[in-house]
Amino acid sequence: MTAGARNRFGSMLLHGLAIALALVYAAPIVFMLVGSLKPNEAVLAEASSWRAFVPFGASLDNYAAVFRRVAFTRFLVNSVVITGSIVAAGLVINSMAAYAFARLRWPGRGLVLMGVLALLILPFEAIAVPLFYQVTLLGWRNTYAAQILPFVANPLSIYLFYAFFLGVPRELEEAARVDGASVPRIFVQIIVPNCRAVFATVAIVSFLFYWGFYLWPLMVTIGPAVRPLPVAIAEFQTMPPLQWGDIMAFGVMMVAPVLAFFLVFQRAFVEGVAATGLKE
Amino acid sequence: MSAGTHRRLSLWAGGNLSLRAREAWAGWLFVLPALLGLLLFMAVPFALAIGLSFTNLRLGSPLPTRFVGLENYTRLWEDEAFRRALLNNAMFATVVVPVQTALALGLAVLLNQKLRARAWFRAVFFMPVVFPMALIAVVWQLMYAEGASGLINGALAVLSSGAFEPRAWLRDPWLALPAIMVLSVWQGVGFQMVVLLAGLQAVPRTLYEAAHLDGASAWQRFRFVTLPQLRNALVFTALITTILAFRVFDQVHIMTRGGPNRATTTVMFEAVQAAYGRQQVGYAAAMTVVFFVCVLTIALVQRRLVREERETGA
Repeated sequence: MTAGARNRFGSMLLHGLAIALALVYAAPIVFMLVGSLKPNEAVLAEASSWRAFVPFGASLDNYAAVFRRVAFTRFLVNSVVITGSIVAAGLVINSMAAYAFARLRWPGRGLVLMGVLALLILPFEAIAVPLFYQVTLLGWRNTYAAQILPFVANPLSIYLFYAFFLGVPRELEEAARVDGASVPRIFVQIIVPNCRAVFATVAIVSFLFYWGFYLWPLMVTIGPAVRPLPVAIAEFQTMPPLQWGDIMAFGVMMVAPVLAFFLVFQRAFVEGVAATGLKE
Repeated sequence: MSAGTHRRLSLWAGGNLSLRAREAWAGWLFVLPALLGLLLFMAVPFALAIGLSFTNLRLGSPLPTRFVGLENYTRLWEDEAFRRALLNNAMFATVVVPVQTALALGLAVLLNQKLRARAWFRAVFFMPVVFPMALIAVVWQLMYAEGASGLINGALAVLSSGAFEPRAWLRDPWLALPAIMVLSVWQGVGFQMVVLLAGLQAVPRTLYEAAHLDGASAWQRFRFVTLPQLRNALVFTALITTILAFRVFDQVHIMTRGGPNRATTTVMFEAVQAAYGRQQVGYAAAMTVVFFVCVLTIALVQRRLVREERETGA
């Protein structure tokens, strides 16, 4: 075999392996998508053969059934309001705090920064129980407030902004400072437009986490009024009669907005998530 | 007093306050909203977790709450469900961390080759990361359906040309935890892969060229160039995955409710059962303190690993 032929063979092998792995990897997602289009009885009946991945008898009946059987729109609105508020308010206050740490001189800065960084190691699960008690005392059970307010300020977001701001050249701000621009003005007109990348990263990372948040809304919501999608699908799955097609349709609708967003902004997603991993 | 008021007024008016004082004011104002949030919803609950763990607090109980010392902790030690939960979390970490790290490394190396449509492959392996765990648990529950008609049972039967006997994956005390591990790896590997891939792309080309000139084989280049260069990224992703292994809750709550026979119960599952199911807030707080000590220990071990590497300069 010549070197060229060997290379071509190796490349074919490589592509074959990658395609095979990708097919296995995508199987559960395709299975969900196909199942959502099939008649309910067919989903499980055809699950054990290749027919599981082909939408025989495709229709949107299951999607209609979801809206008929549960308050899907309500859950969707709840998820959008909760996640949207956490992300939007979080971008504002966490970036402001990070700017104060990275650029402004104020008494107590070093100490407060150390405190914030120490909180990075504290997982939500470690404080879920007392927070549940706090929220009960405040009378916040079954409200949006209980699902939004505790999560707006976030040490990881502050850290990501802080690390990014430290790398912004000071000259950017100097000219404005000499012109006598106020701190808020410099922040809004110079820092924010020049740091869009980190705002996107923080928005994506916190959006993904809170869109899928399950433990907390499970504890603090009662009934559908303020219940978000993840808790709603778990409940829908236990609601008789068991209709797998409907459940898969619910799942597709729950992830479709995120998935569409992901496919369009793939680079930003992957790089954003990788950035949180490279923080050390 | 009046001087202070005057000063504050002049700050807003952009008046004669010194630049330095203005910056100090702005600093505190900028940090205040986030600081309030962190204090109220992280620092206070954390202190409360420790405090409550020494009490017998129960929600809606007519009995007065009192200090019980270490009673909750001694009870935890004798609580078989909790001991099983700790063991399950440890097993989960012991299996998932090496398997997922190896798989992520393999995928990252594969995607770092000359591959057409690389971005497309990366998207496929990363896709489960954007899926909510609750949805993944629901879909995999259907895939694990019992009897010959289940997807996983069917696939294994085809692969073994019919030799495989269908299993009741989620109701078998030996298979339930491994079944949950599989879907957790499926969901988590994309994150690790992306971080390792970024690490791979940062390895200087010249190192590989030098190794090539020295006549190093592909395996030797991987073993003596790639692995050492990736060390920090590997340690970091392994740490994140280990901590995630101790946080497992959603899958278990949706798929098995900790069963069969506590085979899949976890520390968080037990804590939620105690706090939310039985209203035993004090007892549940003790569980989360133990959980936090586990997480902290893992993080400290990781720090030590990274530091050792820096000192030896490997």
